[in-house]
Amino acid sequence: MKPANLAAVFFAAILASTAFAQSSGPIKLADVAELSGGGATVGNNWKNGIDLAVEEINAKGGILGRKIEVTHADSQSNPGVARAQVQKALDSEPYVLLGPGYSGSVKVTAPLVAEAGITQIMGGEAAELTQAGNKFLFRTSFGQQSSMPKVAKYLNDEVKAKSVAVVWVNNDFGRGGRDVITKEFGGYGIKVAADISTEAGQADFAADVSKIKAANPDAVFIYLNEEESARILKELKRQGVMVPLVGETTLVGQKVIELAGDAANGARGHVGLTTDAPVELIKQFRGKFAKKYNYVPDHNGIKGYLAIYMIKATTEKMGKVDPKAFADTLHGLTIKAADEPGILMDVTFDQNGDIDRQGFLVEVIEGKQVVKQVLPKLH
Amino acid sequence: MSNLLDLLIAGLATGAIYAIVAVGFTLLWQTSQTINFAQGEFVMLPAFLMLAVMHAGAPFWLAIIVGILLAMLLLGLGFKMLLVDPMLRHGVLPLAIATMALAIGIKEAVKQFFSAEASPFPSIVPAGDVSILGRAVSLQSLGVLALAILAVVGLTALLNRTSIGHQMQAVAQNPTVARIIGVPVERMILLTFLINAFLVALASLLITPIYLAKFSSGEVLGQAAFIAAIVGGFNQVRGAIVGGLLIGVVDNLAAAYISTQYRAAVPMILLVAVILFRPQGLLGRPEERTV
Amino acid sequence: MTATAKYLRVAFGVAVVLVLILMPVTFNRYGLFILSQWAVMTIAAMGLNLTLGYAGQVSLAQGAFVGIGAYAAAILTTQGFPLIAAVAVAIVLCFAVGWLLGYPALRVQHHYLAFVTLAFSTLAFLVFRNESWLTGGIYGISNIPRPHIFGLATSKPLPFYYVSLGALAIVTVAVWWLIRSPWGRAFMALRENPVRALSLGVDTRRYTLMAFAIGSALGGVAGALYAPLTQYIDPVPFNLSLSLDLLMMVIVGGSGFFFGPFLGAMIAVLLPEWLRFTQGYYLMLYAIAVILLLIWSPTGILGILDGYLTQRRTKAASALRAVAKPKLEVAR
Repeated sequence: MKPANLAAVFFAAILASTAFAQSSGPIKLADVAELSGGGATVGNNWKNGIDLAVEEINAKGGILGRKIEVTHADSQSNPGVARAQVQKALDSEPYVLLGPGYSGSVKVTAPLVAEAGITQIMGGEAAELTQAGNKFLFRTSFGQQSSMPKVAKYLNDEVKAKSVAVVWVNNDFGRGGRDVITKEFGGYGIKVAADISTEAGQADFAADVSKIKAANPDAVFIYLNEEESARILKELKRQGVMVPLVGETTLVGQKVIELAGDAANGARGHVGLTTDAPVELIKQFRGKFAKKYNYVPDHNGIKGYLAIYMIKATTEKMGKVDPKAFADTLHGLTIKAADEPGILMDVTFDQNGDIDRQGFLVEVIEGKQVVKQVLPKLH
Repeated sequence: MSNLLDLLIAGLATGAIYAIVAVGFTLLWQTSQTINFAQGEFVMLPAFLMLAVMHAGAPFWLAIIVGILLAMLLLGLGFKMLLVDPMLRHGVLPLAIATMALAIGIKEAVKQFFSAEASPFPSIVPAGDVSILGRAVSLQSLGVLALAILAVVGLTALLNRTSIGHQMQAVAQNPTVARIIGVPVERMILLTFLINAFLVALASLLITPIYLAKFSSGEVLGQAAFIAAIVGGFNQVRGAIVGGLLIGVVDNLAAAYISTQYRAAVPMILLVAVILFRPQGLLGRPEERTV
Repeated sequence: MTATAKYLRVAFGVAVVLVLILMPVTFNRYGLFILSQWAVMTIAAMGLNLTLGYAGQVSLAQGAFVGIGAYAAAILTTQGFPLIAAVAVAIVLCFAVGWLLGYPALRVQHHYLAFVTLAFSTLAFLVFRNESWLTGGIYGISNIPRPHIFGLATSKPLPFYYVSLGALAIVTVAVWWLIRSPWGRAFMALRENPVRALSLGVDTRRYTLMAFAIGSALGGVAGALYAPLTQYIDPVPFNLSLSLDLLMMVIVGGSGFFFGPFLGAMIAVLLPEWLRFTQGYYLMLYAIAVILLLIWSPTGILGILDGYLTQRRTKAASALRAVAKPKLEVAR
């Protein structure tokens, strides 16, 4: 054959093979997370959960015979940087976009991802994220609009509190929770005895607890990050505040118990994801994570892990790796733990990307998180 | 009224922490014209060094000793030789920027090689509370306050009463003349850095059980120390204590009586007021040389 | 300077401008975003260079001024006003605030401005975050529209890049004119020898204040472009870190050199990108790189260049003198 013709055939073959490359070869996932800055704990846990899941799945042959490749990018806990990193990730056309964890970063990146027609599985909990009509966004944990009503109901029905002091961390996470629960309290006629904002990374809570005491509430709702929760619990004990202390995952996690010691006893909360849940699969996950990374994960680690298994379950349901049909398949999908152990607990995704899953009401008793009530899955 | 007392005592406890960090900061400036924006990270790091040694299997007391020695090596000798010496002759500002970059470097290194999570840290002071004026104060806070006072008393005595101290002051005021009259300038500067490293290692030992070991705990400390040092008097070591305690108390009072949302602004406003009306700081001497 | 050297310089400048205009046509969205960000940050850094490099004052509030400009632009453009109005408001507002902050400062003491700007930086961040009725608080302002320039929409990355580049060009020309003017020369006099400047009748305080106010106004302009660039702003980017980053940009690029900010901004924006492949280590490496650079040349990169060129010129001049010496001696 003449050299020119040979070259032409060769060239055509390469072109043809690249056309097929999309439908074989590794599945590319892109993750944008808070690996530095104020959210480093959140982002690093999320990343580690993802990596663990990817490693597990690849060891068993991948999804539909194709291995998973994930790239991690650092949003520096800054929505502007998150936007830039997501932009960059989208340029390389991933199958699914993972993250960010911070609601503010999710808010600014979601329109970009939706425009590109790619599904986004993220860790943010702010209520408004799934209320903007985005057809491509999915949660991995309860949104605040699901969890806060449960806390308010508990405070009203079980604690029978008529006035509650609300302490929250002044970022989008804390403010979101505070806004939703204040609204819920309004519905029950519960008075907000004190509305106290705190800074992320704050170490000294004497003034805040002083204000709480002065307000004389029936209960205190605490919505801070883990370390600050530990510190405020210590200060509350030191200043002799005896009323029920109620919060969410960040108040009653293992980390908080470890850091606050005795002061954590008696704290209660609604928890969506916890490594202390009386669920066998979660215990196994926790063991695997601790073995690989030498520390016990927080709920962000679980979220990252779940995100990958959500992708696996959805792709296997479709029977093919199809980024365009992904979101539609996941809407309304129920993934059972019996079929896919990696999903840890049965979960159903609704048309907005919100999740329906069982939750727990826990109390810290003698240094351990004890599940007092299991709040079943709604459907 | 009891509320006010609570706040005052809590403020003093926090203020003691700021004071210790500020002392080293002031010392470095006084004796070698170094503005160390990484001072907060310097207080954060030794605890991690000690934790690393304990992870390798050593008992706590050994980890403390090794940690302090490592701190003096890295943050004293290393800091001086690698960063300060090459840069100091070019002026104050480039060195200050370099210490900013150093702060980022240390923070990231700890985050990367250790963990982004907070770790608890064992305390050499027992963890209980004592009752002072009817209010529970943690023993750890008292320990920090004790160290701060000891450090200031010790350093003031050193600087004002010993020959070495006089030599250090001479180097601070006019290195050229000091050299002429035979003061070993290099050695004096090195001594300052070693003292600072020792001080931050001790501070780390006492503060970390309260603050928890986290890579980002240096940020707040560094900024508070900076303000405390200026407010107290940048050219007097005992100014650092007054500045630190004052900032701690003002911060608490502001949070309780003004607004928790704006509490971070109040120490800043205090800083501006002090600079405007008393530029040498509350306890400082009026400047003999241009800053 | 010889004629050929001058032509070379001009040709180099033209080449750079052409590259900046033509090459990005081939870039993807992310590349264009980064380049636009570089242009915006350069404007802010140029402002800081006026304050620091030319007038010799340390400002730690440049990030806050960028924030003021950004919020002004966000609030106005989401209400329907054109971007140019927002830029005008940003300039006036930042200039006024700069003047107010600086006025008592320079009466008191040399380093007062550094502390006042530090305090202002914190205060501005808190206001951005807490006053949600104005700024949207922690939730920020989203869906910021991109401007229509001469009737053309600039929502796509490439057109908006040209908007940023155009703004940078305008600011560059303006600052160039300012430096060359009698005012500019007074600034330089301030920096080189304040006592002498005073003795010559230059009102040092007035000129320093002007430099600071103009520098702050440029920060506002940068902010007004930042808002439509990212199309969402919240308080987080505008804290002390941004001011410190801008300071680093000016110093690393070469404080007091006209093109220092361009270089510094390029390093600050591009270096983390190049280092990103190192994953978790990139910030550490960035910090080390900055430290090494400062140790090697505290006058920044252009300082190195300037030093090198001066050395060459000195050598050339010495050589000429050596050649001329015997002739001169004979003439005597």
